[in-house]
Amino acid sequence: MRETFIATTTALLDEDPRTALVLADISADRFAEVQRRHPDRVLNVGIREQLMAGVGGGLALTGMRPYLHSYAPFLIDRAYEQIKLDFAHQDVGAVLVSIGASYDAAAEGYTHQSPGDVALLDTLDGWTVHVPGHRDEVAEALRAAARHDDRVYVRLSTQENSHPHLGGGLRVLREGGPLVVAVGPMLDPVLEATLGLDVTVAYTNTPRPLDTAALRSAMRGDEIVVVEPYAKGTSAHLVGEALSGLPHRSLHLGVGRAEVRRYGSRHDHARAHGLDPAGLRRSIEAFLG
Amino acid sequence: MKLLSRVTADVKHSPSAHSTLDVLWVLYDRVLRITPETVDDPGRDRFFLSKGHGPAAYYAVLAAKGFIPEEWLDDMGGWDSPLGHHPDRVLIPGVEIGTGSLGHGLGLTVGAALGLRAQGYLDTRTFVLLGDAELDEGSNHEAIAYAAAIRLPITAIVVDNRSSTHGWPGGWSGAPTWLDEDGEVSAMSDRTRAGLSVGIPARFPNWGVSVVDGRDRDGIEQALRVVEDRPRLVVAAL
Repeated sequence: MRETFIATTTALLDEDPRTALVLADISADRFAEVQRRHPDRVLNVGIREQLMAGVGGGLALTGMRPYLHSYAPFLIDRAYEQIKLDFAHQDVGAVLVSIGASYDAAAEGYTHQSPGDVALLDTLDGWTVHVPGHRDEVAEALRAAARHDDRVYVRLSTQENSHPHLGGGLRVLREGGPLVVAVGPMLDPVLEATLGLDVTVAYTNTPRPLDTAALRSAMRGDEIVVVEPYAKGTSAHLVGEALSGLPHRSLHLGVGRAEVRRYGSRHDHARAHGLDPAGLRRSIEAFLG
Repeated sequence: MKLLSRVTADVKHSPSAHSTLDVLWVLYDRVLRITPETVDDPGRDRFFLSKGHGPAAYYAVLAAKGFIPEEWLDDMGGWDSPLGHHPDRVLIPGVEIGTGSLGHGLGLTVGAALGLRAQGYLDTRTFVLLGDAELDEGSNHEAIAYAAAIRLPITAIVVDNRSSTHGWPGGWSGAPTWLDEDGEVSAMSDRTRAGLSVGIPARFPNWGVSVVDGRDRDGIEQALRVVEDRPRLVVAAL
């Protein structure tokens, strides 16, 4: 996904003079060539994430379309107040593109992990959130964001599904009984976990705004399971609103709050949070009974 | 200024309100190429009030120059008033950024100056005003270092009314420049250096620097008119 981000953003810089890219050292070497072609629009501020957000806001104030990029914990967690005040409060937008996700950087430890990024943006107004499940879904999100001035977050991960599902919104991929919603790269683990179970599986790579109309119409009965690759329960309030007035039971699976003080790989961390296929199956079977 | 006293509600940040008055008046009266008719001109000069605290003087100057009606000054902070105790760019014509939380204006200024340059507005000047206490915020120092590294020709004005709790002690090394008696930029002499607080300029390495009397309008104007191929700091000392 990172490669697709680099290729697509490079193409956007070549095609659209409104596009600007602001970096804080991360991935800067991969943009060195396009920086030579567009030195005024490819800006590496150094290891200064607060400034990266401020520069993004300032660029947007003059009519540019800034893309900002770093590891999720530095791009979102660290610069939260800049994101709050330097974009929406100024009535401007930007495209924030992160890597690292919840635990891609497993061996690097908790400092390089951001399970709370989407929940943080949920405290703010007007952010569209894309969580691509496949590298081919990345370009679509980045190109769509170039055509307007709204606030967009694109959360990239090394975890991806075997097949892309292009187009936004929430769609049903497997028909059956109770609804299981998989967000982004959780689709393949969900499909494997629910093999042989009588469930409906729906997919979205755009959890914000949540496609509540499609969610309601995908309900097959009164039970729903939501599987997200970031903090457990991040979408619970929106699912609750979408289904308000409908009797329902819900289970929200995702990354737990407790810090896992172990290294290893992202597969180890998925297992620790019960987000591997076996863990998901246990939780879903226990819930559906 | 009569209009300033009309801004009744600003009791919270009264010293900070008055500290900026002369600098703001010189900017809007003598330096900035912006009028109420050109607030949306993409090539207009930019002034970002980073120190959003105590905006009474800012509002008074905007009213005096016709950006906002004078009547607005009577109800600052009221439910129906566009004028808050910190300014909001969405509500007030001519206000470029909404501030209040300290340490945001300089980064936004760097971004705006880069955006203007990328779009070919090479004659547009970009100014930002901060307070000496605001410099406590670390975000400023990210912007100070980067602007110097890329020699971005912005002008930052620091109104120094000695309000930073721990102050800005220390000396000034390197090769700073100074405005001499003729208004020319030159190496700062020991004679000029003597007796001046240089702690704030010391935090702006590789910026051009002027230190002026924050009540001397001609001195402020002279300092603000200097353009270099690098960022400039104007300390308005009170």
